[in-house]
Amino acid sequence: MYNQNMVVKLFGQIRAGNPQRVLLCFLEKGIEFEVIHVDLNTFEQKKPEYLLRQPFGQVPAIEDGDLKLFESRAISRYYATKYADQGTDLLGKTLEQRAIVEQWMEVEANYFNVVVLPLVINIVFTPKFDIALVEELKVKLDKVLDVYENQLATNRYLAGAEFSLADLTHMPGMRYIMNEAGLGSMVTSRENVNRWWNEISARPAWKQLMEMAAY
Amino acid sequence: MAGIKVFGHAASISTRRVLLTLHEKNLDFELVHVDLKDGEHKKESFLSHNPFGKVPAFEDGDLKIFESRAITQYIAHRYEGQGTNLLQPDSKNLAHYAIMAMGMQVEAHQFDPLASKLAWEHVFKLIYGLTTDQAVVAEEEAKLAKVLDVYEARLKEFKYLAGDTFTLTDLHHIPAVQYLLETPTKKLFTERPHVNKWVAEITKRPASQKILQ
Repeated sequence: MYNQNMVVKLFGQIRAGNPQRVLLCFLEKGIEFEVIHVDLNTFEQKKPEYLLRQPFGQVPAIEDGDLKLFESRAISRYYATKYADQGTDLLGKTLEQRAIVEQWMEVEANYFNVVVLPLVINIVFTPKFDIALVEELKVKLDKVLDVYENQLATNRYLAGAEFSLADLTHMPGMRYIMNEAGLGSMVTSRENVNRWWNEISARPAWKQLMEMAAY
Repeated sequence: MAGIKVFGHAASISTRRVLLTLHEKNLDFELVHVDLKDGEHKKESFLSHNPFGKVPAFEDGDLKIFESRAITQYIAHRYEGQGTNLLQPDSKNLAHYAIMAMGMQVEAHQFDPLASKLAWEHVFKLIYGLTTDQAVVAEEEAKLAKVLDVYEARLKEFKYLAGDTFTLTDLHHIPAVQYLLETPTKKLFTERPHVNKWVAEITKRPASQKILQ
C-alpha cells in the first residue's frame, strides 16, 4: 500500500528560487518528492502554521518522516550526501574535492546571491525600484561574473571537471538573470560564463524543473 | 609537508572563524598577515589566494581554498579524530548532520548579515576614523532582536544550536558575538536568558579566549 510518509514533502512554491534549488537537487538525484504549495502571494509563509516549520517565515521547508529541515542549501547538502551513490554525484568523491565544492557554494551565497537577490526583487518585483541601487548592484554583479569568467576559462564547471552542487545552487538565480531581470547580456557577453550556462541549463533535470514551473 | 597556512587578519571576523577552528582542533598553523588597512587584500599578490579579494584564504598541503565556512567545515571533517569534535557526536547520522548544516545556514543568512553590520558600525568604523550611524544601528538591532527571539526558543530546548553539544554551528557565531559584547548591542543577548547562557558558554572556551589575544 502506498505510504504517504515515505516521500519527502517540500513546502514552497515551484516558481520561487529557493525551493527550486531543492527541487533541482531532488531531480538530479532521482529522489521522489511531493510539493505542498505555500502561497507567497498571500503571504502564507508568514502565517503561524507555517512559522512552526520555518521560524523566519521563508520557503522552502521539508518534512521527511521525522526529519524537518529548512534552508535550501542545507537541505540540498543533506540529500546530496544521503544519496551520494544515487543519480548525479553533486559533492565530489574526496574531502578535498568537497571542500572546493563547498567553497563555490559559499561564493554563490556570499557574492552571487547577495547581489542577484536584491537585483531581482527590485527589477522584477518592485514597481518603482531604486535605479541608483540597481546600477550599483549591476556593477557588483559584473565584478563577480568576471571572477567566474576566469574560473570557467580553465574549469568546465565552477568546482572543476564535474557538475556539482556549486553549479546547481546558482541555477534559480541565473534563470532570473536570463529572463525576467533582463540581464542576459551580462552572461552572453562572457564566453565562458555563457558556455557554462548553456551547458548546465541543457541538463535533463533542469528541463524537468522548467516543465514543472511552466513559465 | 607544507603545513597549514591561513592568509588573513587576526581581528577579522571571518579569519577568526578559521583560527577558532584550528585552535579547537589543536592544529599547528601559520597565520600570514594580510594588511587590510593597506589594501593588501585587493592587490595581485593576494588575489591569487582569493580572486574576490577577501580574507581569509587557506592552504593545507596541496589544497587551497577560501570562504571561512568552507574552510572550517573542511578542517572539522579532515581532522575529525583530533582535538574538539566540531561535528555532531554521531558524525555518521545524516539527519543530525542536516540539523547542524541548517544551523550553519541560519548563522550565515539570518544572523551574520545583521551582526556584521552592527560590528562595522560600532567597532570597525571607529578604527577607520568614521562615525557610527545610530539610525542604522537601531534598524539592524530591531532585526537582530527578532532573530535572537528564534534563537531563544531554540536554546530553551537544546543546550547548543544543533543539539546538546558544541558544534561548528555555534562556533561560527563566536567572532561577531565577541565584538558585539563590547558594544551597546550586548543588551540583545543579556535580555534573553537562554541566549545569554549560550553566549557565556561559547565565549569562555579556551579557543575563544585565544583568538582575543
